[in-house]
Amino acid sequence: MKRKHPVLALTAAAALGYAGLAASQAKEQFVPANFYWVGPYAPGGSGISGGMLDYFKLINNRDGGVNGVKFTWEKCETEYNNARGVECYERSKKKGPTGATLIHPLSTGITYSLIEKGTQDKIPIVSVGYGRTDAADGRIFPYVFPMITTYWSQNTAKIKFMGQKAGGMDKLKGKKIVNLYHDSAYGKETIPVLDAQAKKYGFQVTHIAVPHPGNEQQAQWLQIRQIQPDWVILRGWGVMNPTALKAAQRAGFPRDKIIGVWWSGAEEDVIPAGDAAKGYIAAGFNVSGANYPVIKDIQKYVYAKGEGEMEDKSRVGSIYYNRGVVFAIVTVEAVRKAQERFGKGQPMTGEQVRWGLENLSMDDGYLKKLGATGFMQPLKLSCMDHEGGGQVKFQQWDGKQWKVITDWISSDQSIVRPMIEASAAQYAKEKGITPRDCSKEK
Amino acid sequence: MALSFFIEVLLGGLLAGVMYALVAIGFVLIYKASGVFNFAQGAMVFFAALTFVSLVERGVNFWLALVITLAVMVVLGVATEKVVLRPLVNQPPITLFMATIGLTFVLEGLSQLVWGSQPHGLELGIQDVPMEWLSQSANINISQFDVFAALVAGILVAALALFFQYTRIGRALRAVADDHQAALAVGIPLKNIWAIVWAVAGFVALVAGLMWGARNGVQYALTFIALKALPVLILGGFESIPGAIVGGLIVGASEKLAEVYLPQYLNAPLTQFFGGAVNLQGIESWFAYVVALLFLLVRPQGLFGEKIIDRV
Amino acid sequence: MLYREAGQFKSTYAEDQQIFPIRQDRIGVLLFIAFAFVGVPLVANQYWFAAILTPFLIFSLAALGLNILTGYAGQLSLGTAAFMAVGAFMAYNFELRIPGMPILVSFALAGLCAALVGIVFGLPSLRIKGFYLAVATLACQFFVLWALQRFGWFSNYSSSGVITAGTIEIFGYRFETAAQKYLLTLAIVSVMALAAKNLMRSETGRAFMAVRDMDVAAEVIGIPMMKTKLLAFAISSFYCGVAGALYAFCYLGTVEPEAFNLDLSFRILFMIIIGGVGTILGSFLGAAFITLLPIFLNVLFGGISSFFQVEISHAWLSNIELIIFGGLIVFFLIVEPHGLARLWQIGKEKLRLWPFPH
Repeated sequence: MKRKHPVLALTAAAALGYAGLAASQAKEQFVPANFYWVGPYAPGGSGISGGMLDYFKLINNRDGGVNGVKFTWEKCETEYNNARGVECYERSKKKGPTGATLIHPLSTGITYSLIEKGTQDKIPIVSVGYGRTDAADGRIFPYVFPMITTYWSQNTAKIKFMGQKAGGMDKLKGKKIVNLYHDSAYGKETIPVLDAQAKKYGFQVTHIAVPHPGNEQQAQWLQIRQIQPDWVILRGWGVMNPTALKAAQRAGFPRDKIIGVWWSGAEEDVIPAGDAAKGYIAAGFNVSGANYPVIKDIQKYVYAKGEGEMEDKSRVGSIYYNRGVVFAIVTVEAVRKAQERFGKGQPMTGEQVRWGLENLSMDDGYLKKLGATGFMQPLKLSCMDHEGGGQVKFQQWDGKQWKVITDWISSDQSIVRPMIEASAAQYAKEKGITPRDCSKEK
Repeated sequence: MALSFFIEVLLGGLLAGVMYALVAIGFVLIYKASGVFNFAQGAMVFFAALTFVSLVERGVNFWLALVITLAVMVVLGVATEKVVLRPLVNQPPITLFMATIGLTFVLEGLSQLVWGSQPHGLELGIQDVPMEWLSQSANINISQFDVFAALVAGILVAALALFFQYTRIGRALRAVADDHQAALAVGIPLKNIWAIVWAVAGFVALVAGLMWGARNGVQYALTFIALKALPVLILGGFESIPGAIVGGLIVGASEKLAEVYLPQYLNAPLTQFFGGAVNLQGIESWFAYVVALLFLLVRPQGLFGEKIIDRV
Repeated sequence: MLYREAGQFKSTYAEDQQIFPIRQDRIGVLLFIAFAFVGVPLVANQYWFAAILTPFLIFSLAALGLNILTGYAGQLSLGTAAFMAVGAFMAYNFELRIPGMPILVSFALAGLCAALVGIVFGLPSLRIKGFYLAVATLACQFFVLWALQRFGWFSNYSSSGVITAGTIEIFGYRFETAAQKYLLTLAIVSVMALAAKNLMRSETGRAFMAVRDMDVAAEVIGIPMMKTKLLAFAISSFYCGVAGALYAFCYLGTVEPEAFNLDLSFRILFMIIIGGVGTILGSFLGAAFITLLPIFLNVLFGGISSFFQVEISHAWLSNIELIIFGGLIVFFLIVEPHGLARLWQIGKEKLRLWPFPH
C-alpha cells in the first residue's frame, strides 16, 4: 500500500480537476460524497466511496456523462457521527448547478437524522441496504429510498435459504435458530420479522444481544453452545463480526452454520478472524469479484489512466468496493430516467431525481447493457414500493475469497410488506403525515 | 450438565478477566508513577499491534518485528513524556487526563495514516480452539489460547514484579510512586523515571495488543478495549498491579455469569412484575461498572488502592 | 481605558449585586444577545442555522450543565451524554403520551427526569472522588443507553428503538424552519445561561465552590455535603436533559440512543476543559471550539486541495484532521490550562489600561 504523494497526485488531478471546475460548468450533476475515512468503520466507508466515485469517473470518461451531463462530487468526512453527517449534508446540499442530486448517508444514524431534512429540502435519501426499513412505504416516505433490499426482506430470504438447505420450508418445523445481534437500532431491526416467521414456519428463535462494540462474546457463545442451534444468524457490525467467528471457533460451533447479514459479509469482516472464518456464509445484495464487465471497464477507463480512487488496487472488486459501484449505478440510472422525462442533457434537481428513482426499472436486459448481469439484481421501484428488489445472493468465505453459492433468492413480501405498512402507518400517525395517494402519481 | 456449564462460564469469565487485566496493568503503571490517568492506553495498544502486524505482513521476521515495535513504543513513550506531560507538570489531574485523550486522537490518526485502515488477522502460532481432552472428558470448552494468554499475563506480572523489586530503576520507580518530592530529594531523576515508565507501559501495550489482536484481529476497535479495563481499575485500585489482576478476574467472572444467568432467571419474573416484556440481555455492557461502583461504596479506594486521608 | 470601571458608583445594594456589576459588561452582553436574536437571523443562511449555530447552542447548554457539576462543584462526570439521552427520550414521551402537552413544559419535565437520574447516579459521589467517581459515572452512561435500548416503552415500541420528535408548537406558532428552531434554542439557552450565571453567585453556587475547593473544610463550616453534592448533580443533569431534548427536537429530529454515546460525553468534557472550567463563558467558547474546529479543518483542507488543484487522498486528509484536532487540544492545554475564558479575562485586564501603558 503506497500512499499517494500529494505532489505526485498533482498531475493526475490537473487532468481531472473536477472539484475546482465544479462551479464554472453548468452541465453537471452534483452528488455529495459524505462518507468516512477514519475511525472503526473506515474500511467500509473508504471502500464504498471508492467504488461509487470510480463508477462516476467511468461514466464521465467513457460516456461523457449521462447525455453529456457529467457527474461531480465533493467529499466530506462524517466520522460515522450524526452531528458531522448533518453538517456535511447541510454543506453539500446546495452545491452544483442543481444542488445535491440525492444523498447516500452511509450510516443508519445519519439516515434517521436526514429523513425530515431531505423531505423538506426535496433531496432523496437513498439508503441502499441500511436505514429505516419501513421507509419502503413510499406513500409516507416520499423522499426516502431504502433501495434494493431491506433488512426485513433479507431476513426472509435467509430463512428461505435455510429452508432450501433443509429440503423444504415445512422441514424448518422444530429447527432452532439463534439471532445474534448488535445491541443497537440496526441490530434490533429484524427481531419482529423473525418472530413472525418463527410462528409461520414453526421454528424456534432465540435472540441474543451483543453489547457494543462486540469485542467480547464469550457469554453469548457459551449460551449458543447450550442451545445447540441449527443455524446462527449474525447481525454484526465492525469488530463484532470477526469476534463472533473467533468465538464460534472457541465454542466449537461450525462456521458454515452461521449466516451473516451484508454488513457482516465483507472481506474486512472475515480476514481478522483468520482461519476461524472458513466456511462462513453471508447474504449480500451485491457480490464480490472483479470479473464483471462493469468492473473491467472501470479498470480500463479509470485505473489504466491512473485516476482510480483506491490506493490499494487489490480492493477493487471487493465486497465494499462493488457495493459502492451498485450505489453509483442506481444513482446514475435514476438521473438517466429523470432526464428522459424532464429534459435530456440537463442537470436534474433532487425533486426530478426522486421521480427518476420512483420510476426506475432495470430488468435483466438493462443490467446486461450496464455490464452488471449477476452483479446486482433487477430492480423495479414504484410510488408504493421504494425497495424495488428484495433479493439476495449467498456467498461463502473459503479462506481467501467470497464464493457465490446461490442464485438470487427472493424475499417473502407476504410477511414483510404488511409489517412495513403497519410500521410506516404508526410513524405517519405520530408525525401527523397524510399518506400520498399513489394512483394520482404520474 | 448444569454444573459443568457453570464451571465453563466461570472459567471462561476468569480467563476473559485476565485479558482485561493485561490492559489495566498499563494504566496502573503510569498512574502509579506519575498520577496520570492515561486514557491513551487503548490507542497505544492499537498502535503497537498495528505496527507489529504491518511489519510482519511486509515480510519482517517475527522477532525482529517485535523488537522494532518495542523500539517504536519506547520512542513514543519518551516523546509523550517530553512533549505532552512535562509541560503540564503540576496541572490538575483532569487536565492531564484530557491531554491523554488528545493524545488518543493523535495516535489513532497516526496509526491509520501510516498503516491504513484495513483490518488484519494475526497468528501467534497458538490456535484459538477448545482443548479437546477437556471438552471430551468433562464437556467443558476452554480455549487453549486463553490458557496461553493467562500464562503470558502471569509471566508479564512476574517480570514486572522482579523489575520493580530488584533493579535500580525499579527501586527508583517505587520511590517515585511513593513520594515524588522525597524521591527528588534523594536525587532520583524524576524526568527519566517518567520516561521509563511510559516506555514500560508501551511494552505492556504491545503485549496486550498481541493477545487481543490474535483473538479478534488487529483493527481500530482495539482502542475500545480500554473501556473494558476501566471497571477493573476502580475495582482493583488505580495504584496496584495485583489489584489489576484480581480486579480483572472478578470483573471477568461476574460479568459473564451475569450475562448468562441473570436474563435466564430474572426475565420471566420481571416481565410478570412490570407487566411488559423485560429482557436483561446485554447487561454485561454496564454490569461490571455497577459491581465496581457498589464495591467502592464500601471501600472507596478500591481493593488494593491507597487510602487517602483528607486533612483540613 | 475602554474597560475602566472607575466612576461607576453603586449607591444601592441592588446595584452592587447585579449579575453584571460593570456597565461595559452589561452593555456588551445586551449588545451580544441583541445581535444573536436580530443580527444573526439577518445575515445567516440555512446552513449556518441548521449545521453550525443550533448544534453549537445545544452543546453549549450541555457543556454549561457539565461545568456546573465539574467546574463549580468539582465532581468529575463522564455521563453527560446519558443525561442528554434521558432528556431527549423523556421529552419525546411526554409529547407522545400526553395530548396537548405544551412543548416547553415537556422540555422542563424532561429536564427534571434527567435531574432525578442525576441524583441517583450522584449518590456514589458522597463516598468516592476523583477518577474513581469519573469511572463510576461511566456506569450511568452505559446503563442509561442500555435501558433505553432494552425497554421498548421509551421508544414507543418502535422496532429499531429510534424516536422521532414531533412538531414544535408554542401558543399556536409552529417552529419549522432552521431559523425558527435556532431562535427557540437561543431563547432557551440564553435564559438558562443567565439563570446559571445568577445561581453561581448565590448561596448555592458558593456552597458548590466550597465543596470543590475542599470538601472536608466545607463540611466543617457547616455546608451540608449530601444536599450540596446531590443538588449539583441535579442542576447539572437538568441542564443536560434540556440540552438533550433540544438536540432531538430542534436539531436532529430523529435520534437513536447511540447518538448519545460515550464519545459525546467526552466531547462535552473537552468543551469545558478547553473553554475554561468553572466559567459560564468558557462553556460557550469551548463548545464553539470543539464544534467548529473539525469543520474548519475539513473546509480548510478541502479548500487547499481544490485551490491548488491537488487531489489529496481523502483517507490521508481525514487522518491528518484527526491528528491536528488531537494535537491542538494538547497544545491548548499546555498553553492555556485555564481555558479560553482565561484569555478573555486577561484581555479584559489589558483593556482596563489600554491604550495607556500604566
